[in-house]
Amino acid sequence: MPRKPQLICPAGSLPALKAAVDRGADAVYVGFKNATNARNFAGLNFTDQQLTDGIAYAHRHGREVLIAINTYAQAGRVAEWRQSVDRAAEIGADAVILADFGLLDYAFHTHPSLRRHLSVQGSATNFAAINMAHECFGVSRAVLPRVLTLPQVEYVIKNTPVEIEVFGFGSLCVMAEGRCILSSYATGQSPNTHGVCSPAGSVRWETDGAQMKTRLNDILIDQFEDGEPAGYPTLCKGRFAVEGDTYYALEEPTSLNTLSILPELLKIGVAAIKVEGRQRSPAYTAEVTGTLRAALDAAGDAHYSVKPAWQDALTKVSEGHQQTLGAYSRPWR
Amino acid sequence: MQLTLGPNLYYWPRAQVFDFYAEVAAWPVAVVYLGEVVCSRRHEVKSADWLALGTELAQAGKQVVYSTQALLESASDLQGLRRLADAGGMIEANDLGAVEIARKAGVSFVAGATLNIYNGPALDWFAAQGATRWMPPLEAGRATVAAILAETSCAIETEVFGHGHLPLAFSARCFAARHYNLKKDDCQFKCLEHPDGMPVDTREGQPFLRINGIQTQSAACHSLYDDLAQLAGIDYLRISPQATHCREVVAAFAARLANADARSDLAALHPQGLVNGYWHGQAGIATQPNL
Repeated sequence: MPRKPQLICPAGSLPALKAAVDRGADAVYVGFKNATNARNFAGLNFTDQQLTDGIAYAHRHGREVLIAINTYAQAGRVAEWRQSVDRAAEIGADAVILADFGLLDYAFHTHPSLRRHLSVQGSATNFAAINMAHECFGVSRAVLPRVLTLPQVEYVIKNTPVEIEVFGFGSLCVMAEGRCILSSYATGQSPNTHGVCSPAGSVRWETDGAQMKTRLNDILIDQFEDGEPAGYPTLCKGRFAVEGDTYYALEEPTSLNTLSILPELLKIGVAAIKVEGRQRSPAYTAEVTGTLRAALDAAGDAHYSVKPAWQDALTKVSEGHQQTLGAYSRPWR
Repeated sequence: MQLTLGPNLYYWPRAQVFDFYAEVAAWPVAVVYLGEVVCSRRHEVKSADWLALGTELAQAGKQVVYSTQALLESASDLQGLRRLADAGGMIEANDLGAVEIARKAGVSFVAGATLNIYNGPALDWFAAQGATRWMPPLEAGRATVAAILAETSCAIETEVFGHGHLPLAFSARCFAARHYNLKKDDCQFKCLEHPDGMPVDTREGQPFLRINGIQTQSAACHSLYDDLAQLAGIDYLRISPQATHCREVVAAFAARLANADARSDLAALHPQGLVNGYWHGQAGIATQPNL
């Protein structure tokens, strides 16, 4: 029987970290309060003291804390990113999650005993890329971008000694992570440079009669009729006109949900399943962690099936209340 | 500074591709990038054809570089690339997997914009693997590029994206197939019907994006035509192929590089507008007058 994957859960605050630990996460991933991580939102993330407390709490319960330092170090400010890696090592993080090859090189040479994971923002979609990160920086785990089918994930796993982590639940980037600068095209800030996508500071909610218009740096991303629930203007999830048709030209607001394929993910040998959502509330972290814990514990069972209660729990916290298997099954393929 | 012609990002019928490069042989560009960089389903021109075209262009005095796909997913994607590297051609690595193949084959390479080189130490690392030229991320402006070069310790050529629709994002999903309600594996090669991609407008009619298969581009054309005086330290300026007016654009840039007073009305050739915000540290969609 294949080894059960680790469950990796998001925390944007100390209460969320504790909730993840309490509800059964094997590891919690977090970020510092600065531009070094890809969820650099106001009011989110950890001070050094909160992280020290969080790591102590997790370790007391036999769980791990992984620190995401997964934006790209900006020229002239490389020291900020390096200091974040140094701090992660000092306060006893179990691993750092990095994307920048300059920073990986630094971490490998400066903190060889600090485990290094290749972030999804590193855009490594094939075993050649992952094996290079392993050979050059001793990367022990890689998080795959959400663009591969199940057979493609399996092919990567078979051709690398590096542990493979995949996304199991959460908001869906339809673009390859680390390969999308739509946000800076519209606003000047992107995940790679500022750790943000469609940043809140550029958003305007505008009422026009009964209509609600959502804008990003004045660009109309979507408009909603009276009674239609208005979503956050993430720019790849807006409605646009292409040759006279107005529709979700790139992607509907939707969440990835892999409950139905957990047995396959176990079978092909993924080492860890990650939940997206450091920007979400502690209640979200608790709900999703508890549900995926129960599902993962059952997924090795020959009679596994998705329990309606799990599905209901995840539907409630899904973006747009819609869910998809994303690239794993590619209904559009 | 010299001009280069980037890889063709669009899917054109075979005859159009050959006609295009037959003309390119006489254009004032020092380097020509060849190959399919967007979608592995595009097969009007095969690897052997690209190599043959490369030989012809090299005979015409061009430096030829074979560009790799920006999203290498499958075994066949990687194998095709190994064949190119083994044939001894210089490659532009647009994916980390391509870097691995180049360094293992011991061939020098151009580090493409999607390798996400945002700082000097990262650039030094890629140079140590064999990169002899690099292209900064498209969102990096003049100040950022200067800051990266200031903190690097390697000697490397720098090329910036000078003119064309910006390739902003790559996906596993094909947005052209989606538009036609087709599955990606049965896309009927709809991209062939859109030689410059499909414009995406906001519901207020503002030109915003451009669908090119799995790639999302800017609707507007990014152009550094009015910024040529500010390109100190840049060795190469890339012009990205378009189905129409490409020859005029190359000629306009060449004329202005030779004589700063030369003026062409490039805006007239680009109805969806010209932008240059990225180069000025702003949103890419912004236009910064710089006359």
